[in-house]
Amino acid sequence: MENSEKIMARVYIMGRDHLVPSGLTIMKAMEYVGYKFIRGAGCRGGFCGACATIYRMKNDYKLRVALACQETVKDGMFLAQIPFTPANKVIYDLDQLSPTVSVFLELYPEVAKCVSCNTCTKACPQDLEVMDYVQASLRGDFEKVAFLSFDCISCGLCAMRCPAEIAPHRIAELARRLYGKYIMPRAQHVEKRIKEIETGKYDEEVKKLMSIGLNELKKLYVEREIEK
Amino acid sequence: MSGTDLIKGYPKYLRESIQNVEKTRERRLKESFELMSLDERDELLKTFHPDYRKEGKRQVKFGPNKGDLMPHEVVDILEAHPLVDPNTIDLSPVDFDVSILIIGGGGGGMTAALWALYSGVNAEDILIVQKLRLMDSNSVMSQGGIQAADKTNDSPTMHYLDIIGGGHFTNNPELVRTLVMDAPLIIKWHEELGVMYDRVADGTMSTLSGGGASRKRMHSARDYTGMEIVRNLKDEILNKNLPVLEFTSAVELIMDEYDQVAGAVLYDMETHRYHVVRAKLTILATGGFGRLHIQGFQTTNHYGATGDGVALACHVGAKLKDLDSVQYHPTGAAYPEQIVGLLVTEKVRNLGAQPVNRNGDQFVYPLEPRDVEASAIIRECYERNKGIETPTGMRGVWLDSPMIEIIHGEGTISKLLPAMYRQNIRFDIDMTKDPILVFPTLHFQNGGIEMINDKTETSVSGLLACGEVTGGVHGKNRLMGNSILEYSVYGRRAGIFAAKRAQKVKLGKLSLDHVGRYKEMLKETGVKTTKKAPILLPEYRGEGVLSRALNLL
Ligand SMILES: Cc1cc2nc3c(=O)[nH]c(=O)nc-3n(C[C@H](O)[C@H](O)[C@H](O)COP(=O)(O)OP(=O)(O)OC[C@H]3O[C@@H](n4cnc5c(N)ncnc54)[C@H](O)[C@@H]3O)c2cc1C
Ligand code: FES
Repeated sequence: MENSEKIMARVYIMGRDHLVPSGLTIMKAMEYVGYKFIRGAGCRGGFCGACATIYRMKNDYKLRVALACQETVKDGMFLAQIPFTPANKVIYDLDQLSPTVSVFLELYPEVAKCVSCNTCTKACPQDLEVMDYVQASLRGDFEKVAFLSFDCISCGLCAMRCPAEIAPHRIAELARRLYGKYIMPRAQHVEKRIKEIETGKYDEEVKKLMSIGLNELKKLYVEREIEK
Repeated sequence: MSGTDLIKGYPKYLRESIQNVEKTRERRLKESFELMSLDERDELLKTFHPDYRKEGKRQVKFGPNKGDLMPHEVVDILEAHPLVDPNTIDLSPVDFDVSILIIGGGGGGMTAALWALYSGVNAEDILIVQKLRLMDSNSVMSQGGIQAADKTNDSPTMHYLDIIGGGHFTNNPELVRTLVMDAPLIIKWHEELGVMYDRVADGTMSTLSGGGASRKRMHSARDYTGMEIVRNLKDEILNKNLPVLEFTSAVELIMDEYDQVAGAVLYDMETHRYHVVRAKLTILATGGFGRLHIQGFQTTNHYGATGDGVALACHVGAKLKDLDSVQYHPTGAAYPEQIVGLLVTEKVRNLGAQPVNRNGDQFVYPLEPRDVEASAIIRECYERNKGIETPTGMRGVWLDSPMIEIIHGEGTISKLLPAMYRQNIRFDIDMTKDPILVFPTLHFQNGGIEMINDKTETSVSGLLACGEVTGGVHGKNRLMGNSILEYSVYGRRAGIFAAKRAQKVKLGKLSLDHVGRYKEMLKETGVKTTKKAPILLPEYRGEGVLSRALNLL
């Protein structure tokens, strides 16, 4: 379609400089120069947070964040991947907890140290309002924490950057689980269907489908009514 | 991308094609394309589905599946040399002596572990081994949703019929029955764990339609359904102190003198040491094979989807099923280059986006079963030549995503499809305003290790299997939303059955003799190869490096 001559970008992977075809993601660029990932690559599609990356542009002081599998290399990037984020995960029994304001302070007391500096929000490669949900947790607003944090992929970059050493993604996880379990209304129709199945309501129907001939089965399939 | 100027993510010539899509949008909003008849489907599949390309396959030369046709890439695994030389492994002492070994820490493996625990097995008698981090899997990537027939206008019977028809009547009926009957209780279990399914104010689930489904029974959590489910499972695994070995792969199953599977040899990918596990029951939950790039296709799958389970199971003589059929998801990203192959969830079509050709015309009902939909897109691009060529020479069709905002109101995409929106806006493409380019991508392993009953047993005693690695449930084609359901239903059943069975199992002397016999069999059948299996991780390093590689340290 157009000239395919490769334009190259100069990047610095953990300090060493390399020329890589521009247009590659950071992950593919690292592979291009010879890295074989064991850590640092999971889903390769922006869903798992295994590829959290910190970088700086040449002659700039500012630290930036990216997901290596989702960001294109730029000329002058100084790149480092974070192999693991040592954020505290408290062990709890969800059945013994309840969704109260105090639950965060009991399990993750450091949350009270939040100074609203917004560093976490700036460090989020998913562009979530991290500080807002940390603040919401202090007010016990479970719904807000749950929805603001919902798209979190737990890469842990917020925890690594927080000057108060809070692990926002852990707080979010606790909030979502409590919200999902105790606050969201349950689906009555699910409960009802389980009972119907237990009492054998569909046994005969399904058994019949299992025993009729192929032609009859095909006919039923083709003629079934489709909900629009 | 070369130096071309992009206007909102697209080069000028693609902008021109987008104008055609815009011109016909109003008309198409009112138009509905006919579903194909079964005969039309058959004809289309035979001509355009990659599974029907004879050159793509060859026969298996030995073992219980001798004579079966499978993709070259799968037969390559069967014909490969076992990765480990059994003579280098000392089976005594045993490093981990457990009741239940679970290989794979995706949705299936984690579900099995939790249900084994609920069934009374002590946490320390369970071991999960996982190649990457716990949860790095296909399970974390699933977007669209999980099927369960729990609404009043729906029934397990209808769900059953959809699955059997979608699978071209090749599924194992018993396995399908159990799948549909257990579905609602899985949803309930998830609710109890805290999974935030989309619902309306009174708690009623907001269910959507799906390709091949006759009722709206897709339960989702935005377009992060899989992530939302497995992060709850993972948190539970950690809270219950279930032992997990991360960055460790199973490289060979161990058998005992009574021909039972009795554990595995594990390989720590970071320190390179091996571990010997003795287990009364072994559950294989290693997922699929997208990273084999069958017929050169790009894939939606995670980094570790290299079909290891099939290799491991084969070495102990387990029977395989339906591995001739591969699922190509109709809509993989075809542009921009950085995300080619990644999934564009079916939910985009469920919400009303139509696939259209370069003239802006529809050419297929948007929600045919996946294999049919994919074939129609391939036909549009390669026979009718009405596809769109990308700057890197790939072909695709438009998926008219702005329709979603028109049908359901502004803001629907950012609310219901945040992952899709993000995937595109990162490259300056705004799918609420512009359509996106798609082409089929390698997505799912329809077949696998044959599950012989709904207790998740395989043809080899001591070996259970659940999830994508198995064959039988979906027959030759899986419908969307049924594989989260599959790993949930059968992960649960594997855990429960293993817990019960483990009390009766008596193990004999451990051995790797079967590996030696496998090597003999390769020699006798005259297989010549340098390949080794399981593969563990795909090779993506640049040519320049590989051609000058030395292994000194
Ligand atoms: C992008 C995408 C979207 C999808 N969307 C949907 C959807 O909307 N609805 C739906 O129902 N299904 C969907 N699917 C399919 C579904 O997600 C998978 O089929 C399902 O999650 C498989 O679960 P599993 O536990 O069997 O395998 P996985 O979740 O893949 O887990 C297998 C695990 O085993 C590990 N492993 C592999 N080999 C070894 C080894 N040798 N030793 C140790 N560990 C090993 C892997 O690293 C992996 O973590 C989607 C799949 C993808 C890729
Ligand atoms: S590898 Fe999973 S987010 Fe990048």
